[in-house]
Amino acid sequence: MATTTTKSPALLVGQSLRRREDPRLITGTATYVDDVKMPGMHHACILRSPHAAARIRGIRTSRALEMPGVVAVFTGEDVAHLGPVPCGAALPGLRVPAHTVLARDRVYYVGHPVAVVVATDRYLAADALDAIEVDWEPLPAVADPEKALEPGSPAVHPEWPDNIAFTYKQEGGDVDKAFAEADVVVRQRLVNQRLIPVAMETRGVVAEWKPGDRQLTLYTSTQIPHLVRTLVAGMLKMPENRLRVVAPEVGGGFGSKLNVYAEEALMAFVAMKIGKPVKWIESRRENFVATIHGRGHVDYYEVAAKRDGTILGIKLKLIQDIGAYHQLLTPAIPTLSILMMPGLYKCKNVRADLIGVFTNCTPTDAYRGAGRPEATYGIERMVDILAAELQMDPAEIRFKNFVGSGEFPYQTATGLSYDSGDYAAPLRKALETVSYKTLREEQRKAREAGRLIGIGISTYGEICALGPSASLPCGGWESATVKIEPGGQVTVLTGISPHGQGEETTFAQIVADELGVSIDDVVVLHGDTSLVQYGIGTFGSRNTAIGGTALYFALQDLKEKLKKFGAMLLESDDVVWNRGRCVCMKSGKEVTLPEIAAASYRAMKLPENTDPGLVATRFWEPPNFTFPFGAHIVVTEVDSETGAVQILRYVAVDDCGKIINPLLVRGQIHGGVVQALGQVFYEHAVYDENGQLVTGELTDYAVPKASYIPAIESYHTETPSPVNPLGVKGVGEAGTIGCTPAAVNSVVDALSHLGVRHIDMPLTPEKIWKVIQDRRTA
Amino acid sequence: MKKTITLFINGQRYSHEVEPRLLLVHYLREVVGLTGAHIGCETSTCGACTVLLDGKAVKACTVLAVQADGRFVTTIEGIAANGSLDAVQEAFWNEHALQCGFCTPGMILTAKQLLAREPNPTEEQIRHGLEGNLCRCTGYQHIVNAVQAAASRSGD
Amino acid sequence: MIPDTFDYSAPVTLTEAIELLSSGAKALAGGQSLIPLMKLRLASPQHLVDLSRIPELSGIREENGVLHIGAMTTHYEIESSMLLRSACPLLPQTAGRIGDVQIRNMGTIGGSIAHADPASDYPAALLALDATVRIAGAGGFRTVSYEDLLVDSFLVALEPGEVIVDIMAPVDPPNTGTCYVKAPQAASGFAIVGVAVRAVKSDGVVSSARVGVTGLAAKPFRARSVEQALGGTRGTDADITRAAALVGDGVDANSDLHASADYRKHLAEVYLRRALRAALI
Ligand SMILES: Cc1cc2nc3c(=O)[nH]c(=O)nc-3n(C[C@H](O)[C@H](O)[C@H](O)COP(=O)(O)OP(=O)(O)OC[C@H]3O[C@@H](n4cnc5c(N)ncnc54)[C@H](O)[C@@H]3O)c2cc1C
Ligand code: FES
Ligand code: FES
Repeated sequence: MATTTTKSPALLVGQSLRRREDPRLITGTATYVDDVKMPGMHHACILRSPHAAARIRGIRTSRALEMPGVVAVFTGEDVAHLGPVPCGAALPGLRVPAHTVLARDRVYYVGHPVAVVVATDRYLAADALDAIEVDWEPLPAVADPEKALEPGSPAVHPEWPDNIAFTYKQEGGDVDKAFAEADVVVRQRLVNQRLIPVAMETRGVVAEWKPGDRQLTLYTSTQIPHLVRTLVAGMLKMPENRLRVVAPEVGGGFGSKLNVYAEEALMAFVAMKIGKPVKWIESRRENFVATIHGRGHVDYYEVAAKRDGTILGIKLKLIQDIGAYHQLLTPAIPTLSILMMPGLYKCKNVRADLIGVFTNCTPTDAYRGAGRPEATYGIERMVDILAAELQMDPAEIRFKNFVGSGEFPYQTATGLSYDSGDYAAPLRKALETVSYKTLREEQRKAREAGRLIGIGISTYGEICALGPSASLPCGGWESATVKIEPGGQVTVLTGISPHGQGEETTFAQIVADELGVSIDDVVVLHGDTSLVQYGIGTFGSRNTAIGGTALYFALQDLKEKLKKFGAMLLESDDVVWNRGRCVCMKSGKEVTLPEIAAASYRAMKLPENTDPGLVATRFWEPPNFTFPFGAHIVVTEVDSETGAVQILRYVAVDDCGKIINPLLVRGQIHGGVVQALGQVFYEHAVYDENGQLVTGELTDYAVPKASYIPAIESYHTETPSPVNPLGVKGVGEAGTIGCTPAAVNSVVDALSHLGVRHIDMPLTPEKIWKVIQDRRTA
Repeated sequence: MKKTITLFINGQRYSHEVEPRLLLVHYLREVVGLTGAHIGCETSTCGACTVLLDGKAVKACTVLAVQADGRFVTTIEGIAANGSLDAVQEAFWNEHALQCGFCTPGMILTAKQLLAREPNPTEEQIRHGLEGNLCRCTGYQHIVNAVQAAASRSGD
Repeated sequence: MIPDTFDYSAPVTLTEAIELLSSGAKALAGGQSLIPLMKLRLASPQHLVDLSRIPELSGIREENGVLHIGAMTTHYEIESSMLLRSACPLLPQTAGRIGDVQIRNMGTIGGSIAHADPASDYPAALLALDATVRIAGAGGFRTVSYEDLLVDSFLVALEPGEVIVDIMAPVDPPNTGTCYVKAPQAASGFAIVGVAVRAVKSDGVVSSARVGVTGLAAKPFRARSVEQALGGTRGTDADITRAAALVGDGVDANSDLHASADYRKHLAEVYLRRALRAALI
């Protein structure tokens, strides 16, 4: 027992520590799915529909089966007994088409899986794919959601000729009155184009069946290993405790791996059938058609306001392109857009009419931001359009309508309770950073000299830390187990499944501070259902706010137990926990955490009503979402000759609540912003009239390259959330949410004096050039 | 018809009989067992598979293993000398130039070659020099910072 | 994703290579166009002949005012060649705009020419330089102008068994201005439009101007009407504007997902103005 007191080291929360996950990643020794190798492992390739709609008159597999190395070919009939690919979202009147693992008599989109060939090696499996013969009868298809709603358009699912997957309405306040009393109403159709998530690692699955143990292991590139286990076990009709799901290193997800896919059940089936481990790695071509797409909205907005800029009411007709099927959360995504309709503004009168529309395209689902970037884009574009109509400054109109910093918790017209905020603060900071007044003056002068400079503002709010269980189809809590090992080191098992976000570091920072141990003594494990108690996973900027809070409470439980043991060892009932030691307030004597750990496992003596060991598990249910916010300002210059846009400056001021690690927060902001700039300027999943994906490769679908993107200036304000004891809100999606309207507002601003009011994304040079041409001839 | 090839990978000699169609990236990953080079596309666009062939950055998914016969290959596994990280690796770590890490091996090797050719690159040269490597996570800024940091460190 | 099977040879002499190619094999240079096609199984040659081990196909040298660039010279070697940077800067400038550094490290000028992608970069420069190409076949060597070699989109006038040996371009005379500008397709990096200019001035007057345009049409072409309009002028901004406006005249411009025909023509004019200004003013 030591009696000296050492000076406590500085707290780690709030510090820019470099990541603890990096050594394996920078040395090429991390294990992604495709790096998993097993003795006797076979390879699978999947035959997919080249047609957007077709009847399958027959499939001949005999030629493929004769190819070298081929051990099996399976088609829809072989897997007819497997449960459908699940849709977790429930809405009243939702039409859910039967989503079989492999197509049976008909295909509904290009990329629809039709057959799987299994061979001893990846090259041989690829060879055999070409030898499967399918007798197709192509059918008419429809790829555009608005066209799909027109009478007489081809029916995606013959049983529902109107192509309507569901309708949904939400209303708050008195919208008709608001519009009747308005001085001005602005209307605009806004397209939020279909996007391809493009995680740099495609999906992949390795399945291994051990008949002796009746144990199936799935390695899958997923953000939600536990949900995959529950749902795939359901599809396989297998007891859940016989299935182990491992999310190894995951090379990016952005929502595209927040799903349960046909291939996960399919590979499980194959492994059990051939009695050998099997690997399937999605090619990028497949990824473009077989992994979910994002966005895909057509929004009709109407905003009513008073002449002084006060927003009175918002109406929205939202057409969501569903694609051919519902994936895990497909129908729920646009409902998130509706919840966020009013943005940061005090408007109490809103009405939304949502129609989900089937098309012969890849299903849409959650893509970074999932419904929230769409909503922010909508309200923030409309506020700019309104400001232009009223000839008000776009910053001023925002200040005028913000929910005041004294009004929290603030009840919105859509039923949310905003937790905390000072919405004007980031905007003020962003305006100062760009020297807004001077900048406007420079813009005026540049314009006189014939240059097209634009200044675009967006002030966004978002719903993060998804979310209370009532708001999600899958449970919205999170779990953590903390084990203090007999030697005093700490192991954390978290239910989240990070894949780049850095919780192996930030969670260790929290542990080090709470327990007063060295961060080097902390290990954070995740992503393996046989290791980790149940968890929900990583999406909706929930890792730290919910997963971190579960961890925080588990740590409090442990501290209590540590104190009990400490009190026993110090033979005192007046003890406190201080930075890794239990200290007796009377004598000043102390015991260290390793000493307590040893004693608790040795268990020669136990405190009253206390079990041996030092393990605590907490499942934490959040009482509310968190609501980060911020302001982004983008300065652009349009080349009037070519229509090309150059970003002169990008300033982001984000408030994500308390910051655990500023370096990692910046990384999230940069990444999110650049992904959004991809949507603004380059990305668009283009289908032709026959439902062929025209942008079917990375050579036609442009994601931002290093040289396309400017440096991003990232700043913060820090308003703690009252929802959780860490005060954190979440930052994974902020960049994606704040950016698109700021950038589009900027380009439209550059052209506003020509009478330009709106241009739909992506803002390609050609599109901008055409707009300039049109205005000049008009 | 199989061909016997001999390569010097990370300073070690390897000899195998391979099919001519075997891509270098599959050779490295599946035959030699070095899985640091990743595969992110099949259109030679993403750069995740980048390795150094005779010191030059190439996309190993667009090189046949037989083309590399008799040549020197450096992969991400080979750049840390006796357990101490290469300056670019270290800088990527310090500057938080990676998130999911999938692009990282290719990015680091391209950055290494960039610095070998231009020891003091401008931000523009770095961004231009990394055009063949896509990263979907970081927004590139920390990667640019890391290359700059590695440049100033090796300039010391 | 994975090429079909094939045989592979890596001869060390040109004669051997020609023999193999004459019996139906396909040449492999840097592989940066061919291997992607094979992976997608859009090309499935039975036999590949790797040209990389034939010494006489590589290297850059000057002989009597003529530059010889071996077919197997990589884009990077051209981009970084000190000789070319001083004697013919248009080629290094063009090479530096091709794809990305990895592609430039492997891809070769011979391969690019033979592949004849209508959106590739070299054609514009080679047309502006009035380059010639030396070809070897079973019957020996022949030399053709690059312009004549170019037949159509992805088609050059090579007979089976023929190999491009080197590319020849004159050393720039004094007072030569050159420039290559390009609007890259954002995803692939290939040229939506690329314009190369080589103009010589004597006594303040444009004595010769040559303009090569790639990306705009199914086949890269020399903009002769522009060249004629510029010749004899002082190359002022007004002269440039007037001449550049002719670039799209009578051209059947490409139209695709990435740019309409009208926009391509417009870009060609804008980029040509910019290139001419850089070369002349
Ligand atoms: C991602 C990516 C981006 C690219 N971007 C661009 C770009 O922006 N601009 C651009 O111009 N190009 C671009 N390219 C193409 C690149 O320049 C290729 O290197 C070039 O087109 C082909 O050269 P290679 O040496 O790789 O030829 P290979 O691919 O080996 O061969 C191409 C064809 O030429 C034939 N061939 C090769 N050498 C000879 C010879 N000596 N004699 C006769 N026939 C021969 C081959 O048989 C084959 O048919 C890009 C390629 C990729 C993968
Ligand atoms: S895997 Fe994408 S470039 Fe090689
Ligand atoms: S770190 Fe994920 S793609 Fe670069």
